[in-house]
Amino acid sequence: MVQELGYLKETPSQTAGPYVHIGLTPNHSEIGGVYETDLGSVMVNDKTLGERITVSGRIFDGAGGLVKDAVLEIWQADSAGLYNSPSELRGSADPNFTGWGRCPTNSTDGTFRFETIKPGRVPFKDGRKMAPHITIWIVARGINIGLHTRLYFPEETAANAEDPLLQRIEHRDRVATLIASKEGSIYTFDVHLQGDKETVFFDI
Amino acid sequence: MSDRSNSKPETGAFFARDRAWHPPAFAPGYKTSVLRSPQRALLSLDGTVSEITGPVFGHSILSELDNDLIHNFAKPGESAIGERIIVHGRVLDERGRPVPGVLLEFWQANAGGRYRHKKETYLAAIDPNFGGCGRAITDDEGRYAFRTIRPGAYPWPNGVNDWRPAHIHFSVFGHGFAQRLITQMYFEGDPMIWKCPIVGTIPDKQAIEQLIAPLDWGNTIPMDARAYKFDIVLRGRRSTLFENRLEGN
Repeated sequence: MVQELGYLKETPSQTAGPYVHIGLTPNHSEIGGVYETDLGSVMVNDKTLGERITVSGRIFDGAGGLVKDAVLEIWQADSAGLYNSPSELRGSADPNFTGWGRCPTNSTDGTFRFETIKPGRVPFKDGRKMAPHITIWIVARGINIGLHTRLYFPEETAANAEDPLLQRIEHRDRVATLIASKEGSIYTFDVHLQGDKETVFFDI
Repeated sequence: MSDRSNSKPETGAFFARDRAWHPPAFAPGYKTSVLRSPQRALLSLDGTVSEITGPVFGHSILSELDNDLIHNFAKPGESAIGERIIVHGRVLDERGRPVPGVLLEFWQANAGGRYRHKKETYLAAIDPNFGGCGRAITDDEGRYAFRTIRPGAYPWPNGVNDWRPAHIHFSVFGHGFAQRLITQMYFEGDPMIWKCPIVGTIPDKQAIEQLIAPLDWGNTIPMDARAYKFDIVLRGRRSTLFENRLEGN
């Protein structure tokens, strides 16, 4: 016999279910008075550095129906490309920017919306710069394990073209599923869980 | 955000997730997954700085009753109705190391199986003193604990006669966004666990058993509350022996 590696197994995922809002956004779901505010509902303040943007969109299922009971979380670098995390060793991120946001899709029209800033570029593992991006994590009823994807910016044509992750997408027509559309300071990013327009999701 | 000064942050990439251990996206016994599961393969990505970093929340976000669901929504002097229990455990990584300073959020139905949610129509009554949400942050040894009432089973429109076992939903942060996890805790000895299509999305019986909290008689408080122990394992990260700085600087 060889030595045992002794690793534990990761706790298996389960769906967040239809009532995920009770736990993650209780004020939004009319459970007032337990927490002062819903975590992740505000990412910026008056002093936050960088270009203010709005990120909005909807999530569609495989039949084109709106997913109105999801919760999205986003995680992104500050305007200088630094993450507000103890694991960030390249410098100190903007203390006025959380980098993390959480928003449910609206139970009526299915939209989500984040008020944030445009992130700076951060390096890939080999030192090449990745294009500016926002990491997105989606949970909902019917989703057994949270889905990871990324939003990229349409005006960053040159950076997107050299982005190491986008370059790895074999079917080139799918790259477009990760690029938001822009109107003024509002970026629209629709997610398609399944089917012809299916968004690229990552195993990270 | 984190105020711990005696521990060096770990920055190695995470172990690859064993997706045969987790439930697959498409699990037709759980009907809603049929149209909400991607059909294309996931694009694999060894974590970059965007995934190995993640938000960390300080204890300052917590109020005194955040981990007491019996009282955090109750009127002064009153409490939620049901079996009083304590749920406690540790958050570890796959290497067996405690994961300190991570936020856990919990939500659940009341003793009758009724959720406080506008989309919920089950005829069991709302408990005016029970909201159903709580949160805690792990201590330096990865420990957490909360008080609550044991949730009831509840019926749901999947099969003609499907009922969820008693369960508590858990949302767990780690130190990196790639560790983000949502799961459900079940209770030892509940015969409904093995009938549930959502539990059944997990292919491996041992993986299911990892979600079942044993009754913890040792920590049961006489004349007050029984205890259940629920340990959570997050993804481990590679040792930093040869990875003690981020590449690309």
